[in-house]
Amino acid sequence: MERVVLSMQDPDQGVRTRSQRLFITVIPHTAAGGDVVAWLIRKYGISDEEALHLGTLLVQHGYLYSLREPRSLLLRPDDTPYRFQTPYFWTSTVWPAAELDYAIYLTKKNIRKQGALVGHEKEHYDQLHRKISHTWDLVVMQAREQLRAAKQRRKGDRLVIACQEQTYWLVNRPPPGVPSVLEQGPKRSSCAAGRVQLTKSTEFYKQEMERCRKALTRARVKSSVCLEAYLKFSGQRGPHDPMMSGCLPSNPWVSDEDAYWTINAPSVAVPTKLRVERWAFSFQELLEDPVGRAHFMDFLGTEFSAENLSFWEACEELRHGGQAQVHATVDAIYQQFLAPGAARWVNIDSRTMERTLEGLRQPHRYVLDEAQLHIYMLMKKDSYPRFLKSAAYRDLLAEAVVPPEAKRRVFPFMRKPLHASPSPALLPASPSGEPVAATSGPECGDGGT
Amino acid sequence: VHQVAERVEALGQFVMKTRRTLKGHGNKVLCMDWCKDKRRIVSSSQDGKVIVWDSFTTNKEHAVTMPCTWVMACAYAPSGCAIACGGLDNKCSVYPLTFDKNENMAAKKKSVAMHTNYLSACSFTNSDMQILTASGDGTCALWDVESGQLLQSFHGHGADVLCLDLAPSETGNTFVSGGCDKKAMVWDMRSGQCVQAFETHESDINSVRYYPSGDAFASGSDDATCRLYDLRADREVAVYSKDSIIFGASSVDFSLSGRLLFAGYNDYTINVWDVLKGSRVSILFGHENRVSTLRVSPDGTAFCSGSWDHTLRVRETLLFDSVCERSDWPSLKQRLRVSLGDMS
Repeated sequence: MERVVLSMQDPDQGVRTRSQRLFITVIPHTAAGGDVVAWLIRKYGISDEEALHLGTLLVQHGYLYSLREPRSLLLRPDDTPYRFQTPYFWTSTVWPAAELDYAIYLTKKNIRKQGALVGHEKEHYDQLHRKISHTWDLVVMQAREQLRAAKQRRKGDRLVIACQEQTYWLVNRPPPGVPSVLEQGPKRSSCAAGRVQLTKSTEFYKQEMERCRKALTRARVKSSVCLEAYLKFSGQRGPHDPMMSGCLPSNPWVSDEDAYWTINAPSVAVPTKLRVERWAFSFQELLEDPVGRAHFMDFLGTEFSAENLSFWEACEELRHGGQAQVHATVDAIYQQFLAPGAARWVNIDSRTMERTLEGLRQPHRYVLDEAQLHIYMLMKKDSYPRFLKSAAYRDLLAEAVVPPEAKRRVFPFMRKPLHASPSPALLPASPSGEPVAATSGPECGDGGT
Repeated sequence: VHQVAERVEALGQFVMKTRRTLKGHGNKVLCMDWCKDKRRIVSSSQDGKVIVWDSFTTNKEHAVTMPCTWVMACAYAPSGCAIACGGLDNKCSVYPLTFDKNENMAAKKKSVAMHTNYLSACSFTNSDMQILTASGDGTCALWDVESGQLLQSFHGHGADVLCLDLAPSETGNTFVSGGCDKKAMVWDMRSGQCVQAFETHESDINSVRYYPSGDAFASGSDDATCRLYDLRADREVAVYSKDSIIFGASSVDFSLSGRLLFAGYNDYTINVWDVLKGSRVSILFGHENRVSTLRVSPDGTAFCSGSWDHTLRVRETLLFDSVCERSDWPSLKQRLRVSLGDMS
């Protein structure tokens, strides 16, 4: 912010300033609100709204103040004169604001005009008076001294200094109900604090060296190749992205109709065309979709290799399951898929099988990773391409639904009651692990916007 | 990336409109997450309240008051049956969601993670049984929900870790974290080792999110920029910044196709970037205080932003020009007319 404000004050490139007549005094170096906004628009190439927003933020943080209404931290895009806050009062120079200084300020206000303190200021004043009553004489003395020194200044300067001070305290001690712009959130430590120092042991440095060594020898792909991949990916997914291409029948948030979600429910009988197309994008897409996975399982059944997918699913359960179930799950998988003569024996190459069986002596959740990866790649390189070329997939594409675009409501301002849907927490999970979406729940009253 | 994307058509105008405003938090909203059913969300705030909403109907379905303030992290379980949250209590707790009126949700609470400083982010892995957490004590950790056992811890950040995101990869074994040490680090969940690190930001990294293909991730930082890092090329490939943006980015997320990057900033605005071209597509106003959290819905139909102004807003957006390419001109005209009517 300070960078912006400094460039604003640049005599050649900055905001146009002039001397402003205020009642009978002349104040130099003022800028009209409208000029500030215009300068922001020119300099950063932004819109009216954004320039006004940015300017308002500058005022709210106390870098600019209004001469006519110093109490309000607003930027008016018209003739209202503003001045730049002196760096002495910038938040970066002196923060947090000292309680003592605040006490002096309030005392000055009180002395200068009895009853000038508004509600919250009066409360603060009383509070501070109680807290630092032992040095209250010092406060009063300081206040009197500052007022006396101010009297010797020209009227114009006095006004300016008063405005500056007032703005500073408006920002640092906002009235109740106004959020403080200076609030930051829980304290963060930005440098290696004491508690993290413990890790800087030899062990840590050994790991760092190992990581650097690995990094040096890691195979890197050329940036151009990677970037082309983004173009391809985004291009391919564009028609599937509701924000780029809309969604049929309608975007539920716009039309207040949840038909789109019903049609695309996780386990729906007839998937949409777009959905079936996505299965051809990557093996991962196919597996992640419960309907796609089910059809793929059927296909594998016709090829007598369904145990591959079942094995993969079982391994996923192991990896993401509860810690207490690890042993039991590994046992079950071994019995069903890996033991010689098992009911659904999977065909893994001998080396991987050897290593897996070795690892099974001390089972942990990642013990089947190698075997799982082998089967996954087998399906991906072999069965998956065949599935995409199969009659089954072609039929699915042909039967897939393209939902017609929903008719626009004739009277868009009439609100339809919004259908609630049962929470996934209510329904029993279906065997595939996905909660089944029911068609409609009780109708609720009008949903507000 | 902008050079490579030169031949890609620039995006036209977007129509963005707030469709739902969720009011109910009495204090700053700090974090939110979507449920897999694409309509429910969980949100947490400074006063310790965690609320589960059906954002489509704007009804509140559950509410829990945590015993601590500044609940900076919350997450929805993949099954939709539980939520996790934590903050200044240094813990991550899991609450099963129940509709039983007689049951007090707080009674079934399970304390899962224990850190030595505040919890900044949490996320379930592919199932309800494991949780990944990031903390102000400089570490990330993987926990078993049922037993609360620590499965793996990740050391390497030199300062508070502020955010994390799981990779959508086939093997599902990595995640990225960002911290106050300006580094974004990619970890192997199995070994606990850091496999890649990126240090080009000039200030705290508040948010990281993977590109939908899993080959890259974006980060938003207090240095007012968002950056895109490619994992295979092992370097930063794009910087999203503008001179007029001088406040930090608190939260980022991609649209479904990865073409758009939504970023919420501390100057109360949301900027939408064209990921490929590197230019800003749109700026959104509406919040009256800083935007603290932003997530795109699981099916990409809308995105939700939570702010220190106590509200959450669900907005949808549609690219106009892409619609023009379709041959259904009559319906387009009607759509334009109605949309413009909506905007007034």
